[in-house]
Amino acid sequence: MDKVLKINKSVEKGIIDLLKFLLESKKINGVFTLRKLGQNNVDYALITDVSGLDNAVPFYPLMPANAGKMLSHFTLKKPIEKPIAAVVRPCELRAFIELVKREQGSLDNFLFISSSCGGVLPIKSVEQKDFDKQISNYWNFVKNADISTDIRPTCKACEYFTPFNADITVSLIGEKKLDKECRIFLNTDKANQIVKGFNGEISEEEFESSEISSLLEKRKAEKKKLFDEIHIENLGLEGMVEVFGKCIGCHVCSRVCPICYCILCDFESATYDYSQSDYEKELHKKGGLRLPPDTIFFQIGRLTHISFSCVGCGMCTDVCPVDIPVAAIFQKTGEETRQLFDYLPGKDVEETIPVMIFKEEEFTELGE
Amino acid sequence: MKEQFTPKIVGFLCNWCSYAGADLAGAAKLEIMPSLTVIRVMCSSRIDPNLVLTTLLLGADGILIAGCHPGDCHYDKGNYYARRRFALLKKVIKTLKIDPERLQLSWVSASEGKRYAEVVNQFTEKIKKLGPNPIQTNPYL
Repeated sequence: MDKVLKINKSVEKGIIDLLKFLLESKKINGVFTLRKLGQNNVDYALITDVSGLDNAVPFYPLMPANAGKMLSHFTLKKPIEKPIAAVVRPCELRAFIELVKREQGSLDNFLFISSSCGGVLPIKSVEQKDFDKQISNYWNFVKNADISTDIRPTCKACEYFTPFNADITVSLIGEKKLDKECRIFLNTDKANQIVKGFNGEISEEEFESSEISSLLEKRKAEKKKLFDEIHIENLGLEGMVEVFGKCIGCHVCSRVCPICYCILCDFESATYDYSQSDYEKELHKKGGLRLPPDTIFFQIGRLTHISFSCVGCGMCTDVCPVDIPVAAIFQKTGEETRQLFDYLPGKDVEETIPVMIFKEEEFTELGE
Repeated sequence: MKEQFTPKIVGFLCNWCSYAGADLAGAAKLEIMPSLTVIRVMCSSRIDPNLVLTTLLLGADGILIAGCHPGDCHYDKGNYYARRRFALLKKVIKTLKIDPERLQLSWVSASEGKRYAEVVNQFTEKIKKLGPNPIQTNPYL
Protein backbone atom coordinates (compact mmCIF):
# COMPACT_ATOMS: atom_id res chain seq x y z
CA MET A 1 0.00 0.00 0.00
CA ASP A 2 1.15 3.53 -0.73
CA LYS A 3 0.75 6.53 1.51
CA VAL A 4 -1.60 9.11 0.15
CA LEU A 5 -2.44 12.67 1.15
CA LYS A 6 -5.99 13.64 0.29
CA ILE A 7 -7.11 17.22 -0.19
CA ASN A 8 -10.74 18.07 -0.80
CA LYS A 9 -10.03 20.51 -3.61
CA SER A 10 -9.46 20.28 -7.32
CA VAL A 11 -6.10 18.82 -8.27
CA GLU A 12 -4.70 22.11 -9.48
CA LYS A 13 -5.83 23.99 -6.34
CA GLY A 14 -4.70 21.19 -4.08
CA ILE A 15 -1.16 21.01 -5.41
CA ILE A 16 -0.80 24.81 -5.40
CA ASP A 17 -2.01 24.89 -1.79
CA LEU A 18 0.61 22.32 -0.89
CA LEU A 19 3.32 24.29 -2.70
CA LYS A 20 2.21 27.49 -0.97
CA PHE A 21 2.38 25.75 2.39
CA LEU A 22 5.88 24.47 1.65
CA LEU A 23 7.06 27.93 0.56
CA GLU A 24 5.44 29.74 3.48
CA SER A 25 6.80 27.34 6.05
CA LYS A 26 10.25 27.77 4.45
CA LYS A 27 10.58 24.05 3.89
CA ILE A 28 11.49 24.84 0.30
CA ASN A 29 12.95 27.98 -1.19
CA GLY A 30 11.40 27.88 -4.60
CA VAL A 31 9.10 26.05 -6.94
CA PHE A 32 10.10 25.07 -10.45
CA THR A 33 6.93 24.71 -12.44
CA LEU A 34 4.92 25.80 -15.45
CA ARG A 35 3.56 29.34 -15.29
CA LYS A 36 0.86 30.94 -17.36
CA LEU A 37 2.14 33.50 -19.82
CA GLY A 38 -0.49 35.65 -21.47
CA GLN A 39 -3.61 33.99 -22.81
CA ASN A 40 -2.57 30.44 -23.61
CA ASN A 41 1.18 30.23 -23.45
CA VAL A 42 3.14 28.75 -20.60
CA ASP A 43 6.80 28.83 -19.65
CA TYR A 44 8.92 27.13 -17.05
CA ALA A 45 9.68 29.38 -14.12
CA LEU A 46 11.39 29.23 -10.76
CA ILE A 47 8.97 30.87 -8.36
CA THR A 48 10.27 31.95 -4.97
CA ASP A 49 7.39 34.18 -3.94
CA VAL A 50 4.10 32.81 -2.59
CA SER A 51 2.05 35.27 -4.63
CA GLY A 52 3.90 34.14 -7.75
CA LEU A 53 2.25 30.76 -7.37
CA ASP A 54 -1.11 32.29 -8.34
CA ASN A 55 0.04 32.14 -11.95
CA ALA A 56 1.43 28.62 -11.66
CA VAL A 57 -0.28 25.90 -13.69
CA PRO A 58 1.59 22.75 -12.60
CA PHE A 59 -0.01 20.13 -14.85
CA TYR A 60 -0.99 22.26 -17.81
CA PRO A 61 -0.79 19.98 -20.86
CA LEU A 62 1.96 21.82 -22.70
CA MET A 63 5.70 21.25 -22.74
CA PRO A 64 7.45 24.43 -23.87
CA ALA A 65 10.82 22.78 -23.20
CA ASN A 66 11.88 19.55 -21.59
CA ALA A 67 12.22 20.41 -17.90
CA GLY A 68 15.03 17.88 -17.54
CA LYS A 69 17.18 20.07 -19.75
CA MET A 70 16.21 23.19 -17.80
CA LEU A 71 17.03 21.60 -14.43
CA SER A 72 20.35 20.46 -15.81
CA HIS A 73 21.20 24.07 -16.71
CA PHE A 74 20.45 24.99 -13.09
CA THR A 75 22.71 22.43 -11.53
CA LEU A 76 25.44 22.01 -14.12
CA LYS A 77 28.30 23.46 -12.07
CA LYS A 78 27.16 22.57 -8.56
CA PRO A 79 24.04 21.33 -6.78
CA ILE A 80 21.46 23.87 -5.69
CA GLU A 81 22.11 24.91 -2.12
CA LYS A 82 18.57 25.35 -0.87
CA PRO A 83 15.72 22.91 -1.41
CA ILE A 84 13.51 23.45 -4.43
CA ALA A 85 10.35 21.64 -5.40
CA ALA A 86 10.25 20.75 -9.10
CA VAL A 87 6.92 19.87 -10.67
CA VAL A 88 7.80 17.84 -13.73
CA ARG A 89 6.34 15.18 -16.00
CA PRO A 90 7.58 11.58 -15.80
CA CYS A 91 9.57 11.84 -19.04
CA GLU A 92 11.13 15.12 -17.94
CA LEU A 93 12.25 13.57 -14.68
CA ARG A 94 13.69 10.63 -16.55
CA ALA A 95 15.50 13.01 -18.89
CA PHE A 96 16.99 14.85 -15.92
CA ILE A 97 18.21 11.59 -14.42
CA GLU A 98 19.81 10.64 -17.73
CA LEU A 99 21.60 14.00 -17.70
CA VAL A 100 22.73 13.54 -14.10
CA LYS A 101 24.23 10.20 -15.13
CA ARG A 102 26.19 12.15 -17.72
CA GLU A 103 27.39 14.58 -15.03
CA GLN A 104 25.24 17.37 -16.40
CA GLY A 105 23.41 18.15 -13.18
CA SER A 106 22.69 17.08 -9.65
CA LEU A 107 19.62 15.70 -7.91
CA ASP A 108 20.62 17.12 -4.53
CA ASN A 109 18.11 19.28 -2.69
CA PHE A 110 15.31 18.68 -5.15
CA LEU A 111 11.86 17.61 -4.12
CA PHE A 112 10.42 16.02 -7.23
CA ILE A 113 6.70 16.27 -7.72
CA SER A 114 5.34 14.37 -10.69
CA SER A 115 2.09 12.80 -11.77
CA SER A 116 0.59 10.03 -13.78
CA CYS A 117 0.67 11.78 -17.12
CA GLY A 118 -1.95 12.09 -19.82
CA GLY A 119 0.52 13.52 -22.30
CA VAL A 120 0.87 17.04 -23.66
CA LEU A 121 -0.58 18.92 -26.60
CA PRO A 122 1.79 20.02 -29.36
CA ILE A 123 3.18 23.52 -28.78
CA LYS A 124 1.68 24.71 -32.03
CA SER A 125 -1.84 23.98 -30.81
CA VAL A 126 -1.91 27.19 -28.72
CA GLU A 127 -2.46 29.05 -31.96
CA GLN A 128 -5.50 27.01 -32.88
CA LYS A 129 -8.91 28.56 -32.40
CA ASP A 130 -10.35 25.67 -30.44
CA PHE A 131 -7.43 25.46 -28.03
CA ASP A 132 -9.63 26.01 -24.96
CA LYS A 133 -11.86 23.20 -26.09
CA GLN A 134 -8.84 20.97 -26.63
CA ILE A 135 -7.76 21.65 -23.05
CA SER A 136 -11.14 20.80 -21.55
CA ASN A 137 -11.36 17.70 -23.75
CA TYR A 138 -7.90 16.73 -22.58
CA TRP A 139 -9.00 16.67 -18.95
CA ASN A 140 -12.03 14.57 -19.80
CA PHE A 141 -9.77 12.04 -21.48
CA VAL A 142 -7.50 12.02 -18.43
CA LYS A 143 -10.47 11.42 -16.12
CA ASN A 144 -11.59 8.48 -18.22
CA ALA A 145 -8.05 7.11 -18.54
CA ASP A 146 -8.26 7.42 -22.30
CA ILE A 147 -5.86 8.73 -24.94
CA SER A 148 -6.65 12.31 -25.87
CA THR A 149 -7.04 12.80 -29.59
CA ASP A 150 -5.07 16.05 -29.57
CA ILE A 151 -1.87 15.13 -27.74
CA ARG A 152 1.55 14.61 -29.30
CA PRO A 153 1.76 11.38 -31.31
CA THR A 154 4.70 10.37 -29.11
CA CYS A 155 2.61 10.87 -25.97
CA LYS A 156 -0.14 8.69 -27.41
CA ALA A 157 2.43 5.93 -27.76
CA CYS A 158 4.14 6.47 -24.39
CA GLU A 159 4.20 3.52 -22.03
CA TYR A 160 6.06 5.17 -19.17
CA PHE A 161 3.49 7.65 -17.97
CA THR A 162 3.98 7.01 -14.27
CA PRO A 163 7.10 8.48 -12.68
CA PHE A 164 10.03 6.42 -11.40
CA ASN A 165 11.90 8.66 -9.00
CA ALA A 166 9.38 11.22 -7.85
CA ASP A 167 9.13 12.01 -4.14
CA ILE A 168 5.53 12.95 -4.62
CA THR A 169 3.19 11.57 -7.30
CA VAL A 170 -0.08 13.31 -8.00
CA SER A 171 -2.65 10.91 -9.33
CA LEU A 172 -4.33 12.19 -12.48
CA ILE A 173 -5.09 9.22 -14.73
CA GLY A 174 -8.56 7.83 -14.14
CA GLU A 175 -9.36 10.27 -11.33
CA LYS A 176 -13.06 10.75 -11.91
CA LYS A 177 -13.31 13.38 -9.18
CA LEU A 178 -10.45 15.48 -10.52
CA ASP A 179 -12.32 18.72 -9.86
CA LYS A 180 -13.17 17.95 -6.26
CA GLU A 181 -10.49 15.72 -4.88
CA CYS A 182 -6.72 15.68 -5.03
CA ARG A 183 -4.80 12.50 -4.27
CA ILE A 184 -1.12 13.03 -3.62
CA PHE A 185 1.02 9.94 -3.14
CA LEU A 186 4.02 10.27 -0.83
CA ASN A 187 6.69 7.91 -2.13
CA THR A 188 9.71 8.77 0.01
CA ASP A 189 10.56 9.60 3.61
CA LYS A 190 11.48 13.06 2.42
CA ALA A 191 7.96 13.57 1.11
CA ASN A 192 6.43 12.24 4.33
CA GLN A 193 8.53 14.60 6.41
CA ILE A 194 7.93 17.67 4.31
CA VAL A 195 4.13 17.51 4.28
CA LYS A 196 3.96 17.32 8.09
CA GLY A 197 1.82 20.15 9.35
CA PHE A 198 -0.14 20.44 6.13
CA ASN A 199 -3.89 20.33 6.46
CA GLY A 200 -4.93 17.12 4.77
CA GLU A 201 -5.94 13.59 5.46
CA ILE A 202 -3.27 10.89 5.18
CA SER A 203 -4.33 7.33 4.47
CA GLU A 204 -3.12 4.26 2.63
CA GLU A 205 -4.24 3.44 -0.87
CA GLU A 206 -2.94 1.69 -3.93
CA PHE A 207 -1.44 3.93 -6.64
CA GLU A 208 -1.62 1.35 -9.40
CA SER A 209 -5.18 1.10 -10.58
CA SER A 210 -7.15 -0.72 -13.23
CA GLU A 211 -7.41 2.60 -15.08
CA ILE A 212 -3.64 2.87 -15.30
CA SER A 213 -3.26 -0.64 -16.65
CA SER A 214 -6.08 -0.14 -19.13
CA LEU A 215 -4.44 3.06 -20.38
CA LEU A 216 -1.17 1.17 -20.73
CA GLU A 217 -2.85 -1.35 -23.02
CA LYS A 218 -4.36 1.44 -25.12
CA ARG A 219 -1.01 3.20 -25.36
CA LYS A 220 0.69 0.00 -26.50
CA ALA A 221 -1.84 -0.42 -29.28
CA GLU A 222 -1.35 3.21 -30.25
CA LYS A 223 2.40 2.71 -30.34
CA LYS A 224 2.07 -0.13 -32.80
CA LYS A 225 -0.13 2.06 -34.96
CA LEU A 226 2.41 4.88 -34.87
CA PHE A 227 5.26 2.59 -35.93
CA ASP A 228 3.14 1.09 -38.67
CA GLU A 229 2.33 4.53 -40.03
CA ILE A 230 5.95 5.33 -40.82
CA HIS A 231 6.62 1.73 -41.97
CA ILE A 232 9.65 1.55 -39.74
CA GLU A 233 9.59 -2.23 -40.09
CA ASN A 234 10.86 -1.94 -43.64
CA LEU A 235 12.22 1.56 -43.92
CA GLY A 236 15.61 0.89 -45.50
CA LEU A 237 17.73 3.55 -47.11
CA GLU A 238 15.05 4.34 -49.66
CA GLY A 239 12.55 4.84 -46.87
CA MET A 240 14.98 7.02 -44.93
CA VAL A 241 15.44 9.18 -48.01
CA GLU A 242 11.69 9.51 -48.25
CA VAL A 243 11.11 10.31 -44.56
CA PHE A 244 14.00 12.74 -44.27
CA GLY A 245 13.66 14.05 -47.81
CA LYS A 246 12.17 17.28 -46.55
CA CYS A 247 14.73 17.78 -43.78
CA ILE A 248 16.15 21.29 -43.99
CA GLY A 249 19.12 20.42 -41.79
CA CYS A 250 18.31 22.96 -39.07
CA HIS A 251 19.33 20.52 -36.30
CA VAL A 252 16.70 21.95 -34.00
CA CYS A 253 15.64 18.40 -33.03
CA SER A 254 18.96 18.02 -31.31
CA ARG A 255 18.82 21.49 -29.77
CA VAL A 256 15.60 20.68 -27.93
CA CYS A 257 16.53 17.09 -27.15
CA PRO A 258 17.15 16.74 -23.41
CA ILE A 259 19.70 13.99 -23.93
CA CYS A 260 21.74 15.84 -26.58
CA TYR A 261 23.64 17.99 -24.12
CA CYS A 262 26.92 18.50 -26.00
CA ILE A 263 27.57 22.19 -26.42
CA LEU A 264 29.95 21.48 -29.26
CA CYS A 265 28.02 18.84 -31.14
CA ASP A 266 30.06 16.70 -33.48
CA PHE A 267 27.60 17.40 -36.27
CA GLU A 268 27.76 21.16 -35.77
CA SER A 269 31.55 21.12 -35.87
CA ALA A 270 33.62 21.44 -39.01
CA THR A 271 34.47 17.72 -38.90
CA TYR A 272 31.82 16.75 -41.41
CA ASP A 273 31.72 19.97 -43.41
CA TYR A 274 32.02 19.59 -47.14
CA SER A 275 34.85 21.42 -48.85
CA GLN A 276 34.49 22.53 -52.44
CA SER A 277 36.49 19.56 -53.64
CA ASP A 278 34.20 17.24 -51.67
CA TYR A 279 31.20 18.66 -53.47
CA GLU A 280 32.91 18.20 -56.78
CA LYS A 281 33.91 14.65 -55.91
CA GLU A 282 30.37 13.74 -54.89
CA LEU A 283 28.89 15.36 -57.98
CA HIS A 284 31.30 13.51 -60.19
CA LYS A 285 30.52 10.23 -58.48
CA LYS A 286 26.77 10.48 -58.25
CA GLY A 287 25.81 12.94 -60.95
CA GLY A 288 23.90 14.99 -58.38
CA LEU A 289 23.87 15.91 -54.74
CA ARG A 290 21.20 16.58 -52.18
CA LEU A 291 21.54 19.91 -50.42
CA PRO A 292 22.07 20.34 -47.55
CA PRO A 293 24.00 17.05 -47.53
CA ASP A 294 24.23 14.52 -44.72
CA THR A 295 20.78 14.98 -43.22
CA ILE A 296 20.35 11.23 -42.96
CA PHE A 297 23.85 10.80 -41.58
CA PHE A 298 22.95 13.32 -38.88
CA GLN A 299 19.88 11.37 -37.82
CA ILE A 300 21.48 7.92 -37.86
CA GLY A 301 24.48 9.37 -36.04
CA ARG A 302 22.27 10.82 -33.37
CA LEU A 303 20.48 7.48 -33.09
CA THR A 304 23.74 5.69 -32.35
CA HIS A 305 24.74 8.36 -29.84
CA ILE A 306 21.61 8.66 -27.76
CA SER A 307 18.78 6.35 -28.86
CA PHE A 308 19.16 4.09 -25.81
CA SER A 309 18.65 7.11 -23.56
CA CYS A 310 15.68 8.56 -25.45
CA VAL A 311 12.87 9.16 -22.96
CA GLY A 312 10.29 9.69 -25.69
CA CYS A 313 9.26 13.21 -24.72
CA GLY A 314 8.49 14.09 -28.32
CA MET A 315 10.10 17.54 -28.30
CA CYS A 316 11.94 16.79 -31.56
CA THR A 317 8.82 16.03 -33.59
CA ASP A 318 7.02 18.92 -31.96
CA VAL A 319 9.53 21.56 -33.06
CA CYS A 320 10.35 20.09 -36.48
CA PRO A 321 9.51 22.83 -39.00
CA VAL A 322 8.77 20.29 -41.73
CA ASP A 323 6.91 17.75 -39.56
CA ILE A 324 9.24 14.78 -39.79
CA PRO A 325 8.26 12.08 -37.24
CA VAL A 326 11.71 12.13 -35.64
CA ALA A 327 10.46 11.04 -32.22
CA ALA A 328 8.71 7.95 -33.56
CA ILE A 329 11.90 6.78 -35.24
CA PHE A 330 13.83 7.43 -32.04
CA GLN A 331 11.19 5.63 -29.99
CA LYS A 332 11.36 2.54 -32.17
CA THR A 333 15.14 2.46 -32.45
CA GLY A 334 15.44 3.27 -28.76
CA GLU A 335 13.23 0.35 -27.92
CA GLU A 336 15.54 -1.97 -29.85
CA THR A 337 18.79 -0.61 -28.45
CA ARG A 338 17.43 -0.58 -24.90
CA GLN A 339 16.53 -4.23 -25.27
CA LEU A 340 20.07 -4.92 -26.42
CA PHE A 341 21.47 -3.60 -23.14
CA ASP A 342 18.47 -4.35 -20.90
CA TYR A 343 18.33 -0.68 -20.01
CA LEU A 344 15.57 1.75 -19.19
CA PRO A 345 16.55 5.42 -19.34
CA GLY A 346 15.88 7.46 -16.25
CA LYS A 347 14.82 4.59 -14.06
CA ASP A 348 17.77 4.40 -11.71
CA VAL A 349 20.38 7.11 -11.27
CA GLU A 350 22.91 4.52 -10.06
CA GLU A 351 22.72 2.62 -13.35
CA THR A 352 25.52 3.50 -15.76
CA ILE A 353 24.71 4.44 -19.35
CA PRO A 354 25.23 1.41 -21.59
CA VAL A 355 28.19 2.69 -23.61
CA MET A 356 30.19 3.43 -20.46
CA ILE A 357 30.20 -0.15 -19.17
CA PHE A 358 30.58 -3.66 -20.54
CA LYS A 359 30.43 -7.26 -19.52
CA GLU A 360 33.24 -9.56 -20.51
CA GLU A 361 30.91 -12.37 -21.53
CA GLU A 362 28.56 -10.58 -23.89
CA PHE A 363 28.17 -10.21 -27.65
CA THR A 364 30.66 -13.05 -28.07
CA GLU A 365 29.10 -13.75 -31.46
CA LEU A 366 30.65 -10.48 -32.66
CA GLY A 367 34.28 -10.45 -33.68
CA GLU A 368 34.51 -12.79 -36.64
CA MET B 1 34.20 -8.19 -71.05
CA LYS B 2 32.57 -7.07 -67.82
CA GLU B 3 34.97 -5.30 -65.51
CA GLN B 4 35.51 -7.20 -62.32
CA PHE B 5 34.28 -5.52 -59.19
CA THR B 6 37.00 -4.83 -56.62
CA PRO B 7 35.38 -3.69 -53.41
CA LYS B 8 36.60 -0.64 -51.59
CA ILE B 9 36.85 -1.56 -47.95
CA VAL B 10 37.92 0.78 -45.21
CA GLY B 11 39.67 -0.90 -42.31
CA PHE B 12 40.08 0.66 -38.92
CA LEU B 13 42.95 -1.24 -37.33
CA CYS B 14 44.09 -0.89 -33.77
CA ASN B 15 47.68 0.19 -33.47
CA TRP B 16 48.82 -2.49 -31.04
CA CYS B 17 47.35 -5.72 -32.39
CA SER B 18 45.67 -5.63 -35.76
CA TYR B 19 47.96 -3.10 -37.39
CA ALA B 20 50.97 -5.08 -36.21
CA GLY B 21 49.22 -8.19 -37.50
CA ALA B 22 48.84 -6.54 -40.87
CA ASP B 23 52.53 -5.66 -40.82
CA LEU B 24 53.41 -9.24 -40.06
CA ALA B 25 51.22 -10.47 -42.91
CA GLY B 26 53.06 -8.09 -45.21
CA ALA B 27 56.49 -9.12 -43.95
CA ALA B 28 55.56 -12.77 -44.44
CA LYS B 29 54.52 -11.89 -48.02
CA LEU B 30 51.09 -13.44 -47.56
CA GLU B 31 48.62 -12.98 -50.34
CA ILE B 32 46.08 -10.30 -49.41
CA MET B 33 43.47 -8.87 -51.73
CA PRO B 34 44.14 -5.23 -52.56
CA SER B 35 40.73 -4.07 -51.36
CA LEU B 36 41.48 -2.67 -47.94
CA THR B 37 42.34 0.94 -47.20
CA VAL B 38 43.80 0.98 -43.74
CA ILE B 39 43.26 3.67 -41.14
CA ARG B 40 45.36 3.21 -38.06
CA VAL B 41 43.71 4.08 -34.76
CA MET B 42 45.25 3.87 -31.32
CA CYS B 43 42.48 1.62 -30.01
CA SER B 44 39.36 0.03 -31.45
CA SER B 45 37.35 1.87 -28.80
CA ARG B 46 38.44 5.15 -30.36
CA ILE B 47 36.16 4.51 -33.31
CA ASP B 48 33.12 6.69 -32.93
CA PRO B 49 30.06 5.14 -34.63
CA ASN B 50 29.94 8.37 -36.65
CA LEU B 51 33.26 7.51 -38.29
CA VAL B 52 31.85 4.19 -39.45
CA LEU B 53 28.60 5.76 -40.56
CA THR B 54 30.18 8.54 -42.53
CA THR B 55 32.43 6.01 -44.23
CA LEU B 56 29.42 3.89 -45.15
CA LEU B 57 27.37 6.85 -46.34
CA LEU B 58 30.22 8.23 -48.41
CA GLY B 59 30.12 4.98 -50.32
CA ALA B 60 32.59 2.47 -48.89
CA ASP B 61 31.58 -1.04 -49.91
CA GLY B 62 32.59 -2.51 -46.58
CA ILE B 63 33.99 -1.47 -43.24
CA LEU B 64 36.28 -3.63 -41.18
CA ILE B 65 37.02 -2.82 -37.57
CA ALA B 66 39.84 -4.87 -36.11
CA GLY B 67 41.26 -4.86 -32.61
CA CYS B 68 42.99 -7.00 -30.03
CA HIS B 69 41.25 -10.16 -28.84
CA PRO B 70 38.99 -9.65 -25.82
CA GLY B 71 41.14 -9.67 -22.72
CA ASP B 72 44.28 -8.67 -24.64
CA CYS B 73 43.64 -4.96 -25.11
CA HIS B 74 46.74 -2.80 -24.81
CA TYR B 75 44.63 -0.41 -22.77
CA ASP B 76 43.15 -3.26 -20.72
CA LYS B 77 39.51 -3.07 -21.80
CA GLY B 78 39.12 -0.77 -24.78
CA ASN B 79 38.00 -3.53 -27.11
CA TYR B 80 35.12 -4.45 -24.78
CA TYR B 81 33.78 -0.94 -25.20
CA ALA B 82 34.35 -1.16 -28.93
CA ARG B 83 32.35 -4.39 -29.05
CA ARG B 84 29.42 -2.79 -27.23
CA ARG B 85 29.47 0.21 -29.51
CA PHE B 86 29.64 -2.00 -32.56
CA ALA B 87 26.65 -4.01 -31.32
CA LEU B 88 24.78 -0.73 -30.80
CA LEU B 89 25.60 0.57 -34.26
CA LYS B 90 24.62 -2.69 -35.88
CA LYS B 91 21.33 -2.71 -34.00
CA VAL B 92 20.49 0.84 -35.09
CA ILE B 93 21.29 0.06 -38.69
CA LYS B 94 19.32 -3.19 -38.56
CA THR B 95 16.29 -1.45 -37.05
CA LEU B 96 16.27 1.02 -39.92
CA LYS B 97 16.52 -1.93 -42.31
CA ILE B 98 19.84 -0.87 -43.73
CA ASP B 99 22.06 -3.80 -44.63
CA PRO B 100 24.37 -4.44 -41.65
CA GLU B 101 26.38 -7.05 -43.56
CA ARG B 102 28.79 -4.41 -44.82
CA LEU B 103 30.17 -3.93 -41.33
CA GLN B 104 32.48 -6.38 -39.67
CA LEU B 105 34.28 -6.53 -36.36
CA SER B 106 37.25 -8.89 -36.12
CA TRP B 107 39.85 -9.68 -33.52
CA VAL B 108 43.38 -9.99 -34.89
CA SER B 109 46.41 -10.10 -32.61
CA ALA B 110 49.92 -8.88 -33.43
CA SER B 111 51.15 -12.42 -34.03
CA GLU B 112 48.27 -13.42 -36.29
CA GLY B 113 49.55 -12.33 -39.68
CA LYS B 114 47.95 -15.32 -41.29
CA ARG B 115 44.62 -14.66 -39.63
CA TYR B 116 44.77 -11.06 -40.81
CA ALA B 117 45.14 -12.19 -44.41
CA GLU B 118 42.25 -14.62 -43.96
CA VAL B 119 39.98 -12.01 -42.43
CA VAL B 120 40.63 -9.51 -45.21
CA ASN B 121 40.26 -12.09 -47.97
CA GLN B 122 37.09 -13.58 -46.55
CA PHE B 123 35.49 -10.19 -45.93
CA THR B 124 36.41 -9.08 -49.45
CA GLU B 125 34.78 -12.19 -50.88
CA LYS B 126 31.67 -11.48 -48.85
CA ILE B 127 31.47 -7.89 -50.07
CA LYS B 128 32.08 -9.03 -53.63
CA LYS B 129 28.97 -11.15 -53.35
CA LEU B 130 26.99 -8.23 -51.92
CA GLY B 131 28.07 -6.00 -54.79
CA PRO B 132 28.81 -2.29 -54.76
CA ASN B 133 27.31 -0.11 -52.05
CA PRO B 134 24.06 1.29 -53.50
CA ILE B 135 24.72 4.57 -51.71
CA GLN B 136 27.49 5.34 -54.18
CA THR B 137 25.05 6.18 -56.91
CA ASN B 138 22.21 7.62 -54.84
CA PRO B 139 22.39 11.41 -55.08
CA TYR B 140 20.04 11.78 -52.12
CA LEU B 141 22.47 10.20 -49.66
